[in-house]
Amino acid sequence: MPDKLLMRFRVNGEPQEVAVRVEKTLLEVLREDLGLTGTKHGCELGECGMCAVAIGGRPILSCLALAVECQDQEITTVEGLAKDGRLDPLQETFAALGAAQCGYCTPAFLVTARALLDRDPHPSRKTIAKALSGALCRCTGYLKIFEAVEEAMLKATAPGAAHASPPPASTPGAPAPSTAPSPAPGGSPA
Amino acid sequence: MSDDLRVIGKPLLKVDARAKVIGATRFADDLAFPRMAFARLLRSPHAHALVKSIDVSKALALEGVYAVVTGEEFPVPFGILPVSEDEHALCRDKVRFVGDPVAAVAARDEWIAEEAANAIAVTYEPLPSILSIEQAVAKPEPRIHDYADEGNLHRKLSMEFGDVERGFAEADHVREDFFFYEGNTHLPMEQHCAVAVPDPDGKVAIYSSTQTPHYLHKAAAKVLGMPPSHVRVIATPNGGGFGGKSDPFNHEIVVAKLALLTGRPVKITLNREEVFYCHRGRHPVLMWVRTGVKKDGAITGMHFRSFLDGGAYGSYGVASTYYTGALQTVTYKVKNYRFEGVRAFTNKPPCGPKRGHGTPQPRTLLEVHLDKLAEELALDPIDMRLAHLVEPNSVTANYLSVGSIGLRQCIERVRDESGWRERFRKLPRGRGLGFAASSYLSGAGLPIYWNSMPHSGVQLKLDRGGGVTCFCGSTEIGQGSDSVLAYVVAEVLGIDPFDIRVVTADTDLTPVDLGSYSSRVTLMTGNAALQAAGRARELLVEAVGAKLGVPKGRLGLAGRRVFDTEKPEVGLSFAEAVQCAESKFGTLGTVGSYTPPPSKAKYRGGGVGPSPAYSYSAMVAEVECDPETGWVTVPRIWIAHDCGRALNPLLVIGQVEGSVYMGLGEVLMEAQVFRNNLGVHRQPSLLEYKSPTTLETPDIKTYLIEDPDPNGPYGAKEAGQGPLLPVMPAVLNAVYDALGVRVDEVPLNPQRVLEALRRKADGKPGRVGPTAIPRVVYPDPIRVPTPWEGGDGRAVAGEPRKSQIPSQARARNPITKG
Repeated sequence: MPDKLLMRFRVNGEPQEVAVRVEKTLLEVLREDLGLTGTKHGCELGECGMCAVAIGGRPILSCLALAVECQDQEITTVEGLAKDGRLDPLQETFAALGAAQCGYCTPAFLVTARALLDRDPHPSRKTIAKALSGALCRCTGYLKIFEAVEEAMLKATAPGAAHASPPPASTPGAPAPSTAPSPAPGGSPA
Repeated sequence: MSDDLRVIGKPLLKVDARAKVIGATRFADDLAFPRMAFARLLRSPHAHALVKSIDVSKALALEGVYAVVTGEEFPVPFGILPVSEDEHALCRDKVRFVGDPVAAVAARDEWIAEEAANAIAVTYEPLPSILSIEQAVAKPEPRIHDYADEGNLHRKLSMEFGDVERGFAEADHVREDFFFYEGNTHLPMEQHCAVAVPDPDGKVAIYSSTQTPHYLHKAAAKVLGMPPSHVRVIATPNGGGFGGKSDPFNHEIVVAKLALLTGRPVKITLNREEVFYCHRGRHPVLMWVRTGVKKDGAITGMHFRSFLDGGAYGSYGVASTYYTGALQTVTYKVKNYRFEGVRAFTNKPPCGPKRGHGTPQPRTLLEVHLDKLAEELALDPIDMRLAHLVEPNSVTANYLSVGSIGLRQCIERVRDESGWRERFRKLPRGRGLGFAASSYLSGAGLPIYWNSMPHSGVQLKLDRGGGVTCFCGSTEIGQGSDSVLAYVVAEVLGIDPFDIRVVTADTDLTPVDLGSYSSRVTLMTGNAALQAAGRARELLVEAVGAKLGVPKGRLGLAGRRVFDTEKPEVGLSFAEAVQCAESKFGTLGTVGSYTPPPSKAKYRGGGVGPSPAYSYSAMVAEVECDPETGWVTVPRIWIAHDCGRALNPLLVIGQVEGSVYMGLGEVLMEAQVFRNNLGVHRQPSLLEYKSPTTLETPDIKTYLIEDPDPNGPYGAKEAGQGPLLPVMPAVLNAVYDALGVRVDEVPLNPQRVLEALRRKADGKPGRVGPTAIPRVVYPDPIRVPTPWEGGDGRAVAGEPRKSQIPSQARARNPITKG
């Protein structure tokens, strides 16, 4: 068996071709070969759920998948959730409701929650909790994550529904600060 | 509450929220540089051993290995506290815990680095190991360190405020209790990572997932033997910290050395098992308390003893030990108080600060103890506490100056919301309610190394285009520190928080902030930002007033405009105002800084406990316990937190919920425990170290109580740590309400519940928990007369020894000279 195999798959809708060492995990290939560092790791043993990505719309742990198993697959990472410059409703609600504190687990929760809403657009709180139980978050206590998923669910059922967060009270003569500024990414200081 | 605030108090987006939800936030391990090498550490398999020899030849011979270093390269010790600089970047003569690093490799990739590390041959001579508090007390030899107050007892403290025996004599009732709080760990989802990048001119930059870039800067420069000006530390956004990334770590200094040696960027990312061994988490603490009370529950005297299992190094341990005795006095009036604390060195990973640093353990015992006292006095535990709350703007027995106290409102709120009056002691067997209250610092009043400089600094740069850049040394660990800076500056300058570029945690670019620990950031950076922004505002109104012919006191800043408040249509855009001021004054920049008010505690040890402001929390927990299995679940929590003023209520509630979650993990399941005789971690994996998942999440009702404190920016106090404190005792008290048994141990696991039930069924006391504490000879106490005895915060006589901290810190630390 050769050391490396030529892999072809689609990541976030784009075709990718990578020569990968056969023992490399999908997580490693995404982060190291494709530079998609949005997908995180917390153990690389399948215990923490940080590395969730979707394959064919189904969430998997990319630290337990060998890249060579993913030939011809359609893979979605957190970088692929926004479509045509618009954030996924889950991304909007996670940001607006404070479901992302340190943000390290956020990609995993977003990808998993997206897969949940795609197969069950109206999950109960219990169903949400069960679907997300494979990922750990040490910051939020999970409540804001539940609320963000539920808010995104409501937005999806009420098309054209409002902005991500309630507009702050405004004062005459003083336009309120916007809660959804234009080009925001890159806010991290480093 | 003033309603003219446009940013403060609003549930705005965090300034970094969007980057986080699109996966664009660059954590340390997301960084990559051309020619980057990868490092691994070789760690000791022994808990305690002498290092007799290290042979690195096989590792060096491997293809792709760039450099190998050992303790030879690191003669200079370091440590977070000047009084316990007892670590080396790599061990030299001796290893002190399983996981202590002895060598490091830089190689082309992680596989080669790992293989090379394993090819290093180390000869050890094992020593007997000391693995518990009891063993450390009983066995002064072999000594883990050659410094300690006695044998393997790192520190022994004794202090008395007033006369505790007189307090007991005045009491109607005296009770004593024992408690053991097991250690647990932070478990941040992001493993520690550091990347060092050499400069062509011999300097080095360290990117690291650290909560304290300033302290890492000091330690790295010292160990590397370089001027601090040649070492740059950039704290990347932390993927969770909780105190676990507050020490300068071996791996951070080692990669800097390897980068300098190889001329390449060098990255190290710890694996999960290593993170468990790095630890610096919650100290296991064995405690005893005796309290004398009047019939109405007034505390006439309290004597508290703590025994901390410190692990192998000093870390923050001296401070942790003081903290186990510091905050007993800030919730309920304590007339006379005595505290004795012991920290033991043991051959286990070092303990340090975890959320609540040294205070959750004593708070848990105290609140359980008060619950038992209330029952003996036939008082409702909430009524008893309400009758004896510390007064606002008062000074405690140990000279902590308390400002605002929203504790009464907190207690009343959770009492009423939980239906306490109707339900406490009235629920069917197996269901119960429990109460606890607590307090925490809004920032340590004193710095970690002695100096009189500000604790936090902010610089603002105002751009002609109307943008503002805010520079501050503070570190974003998910708590929202970058956002706090933007909100405060935006509020003062009348612009949008997203008009502000926040640049933080870079020792080359940003003024010093001491770091994200002790819940200090909102209060201290907030105040520094307020001052810097106020000065910028002054420049703007001066220039605009002159241009428009409007008295500057009449000018308002809002909506990206500077305008005449009497004729709002007269004014300039913010960008025009900046241009106007730049024309008048030249390039625009302002600075602000914050130094906490001087402490009234002038006695030795009085450096731990003072804070500019104290937050307060109260909580009712509802539990369901299965008497057949001992299984305890917590379906509902009511928590009220006095944060002074919520700069952003959304973020404050997030901190409260996160604290409750983490406290539930501590009380129900989490334990950092080691195999007897080996010092090997029993469960260094996320599967076996149990922590709560989505499925264990209770219904948490959070109530924010806003009692603004004059020392806080807009009145704000902390929210990130305090709300964890009442969780453990509230749950333990609720279990007693449900089953009539006491588990005086954390974590409360089903075995312990069942054992307590079995003992009760056998006609014995329905209790599990310690029944004794080790015998230790304490030093003569530092005696401090209380304020109500006419004391002035100084000890009266016989301080056992003079403080070493100031002279050592000055001599060793080049930063303090400049």
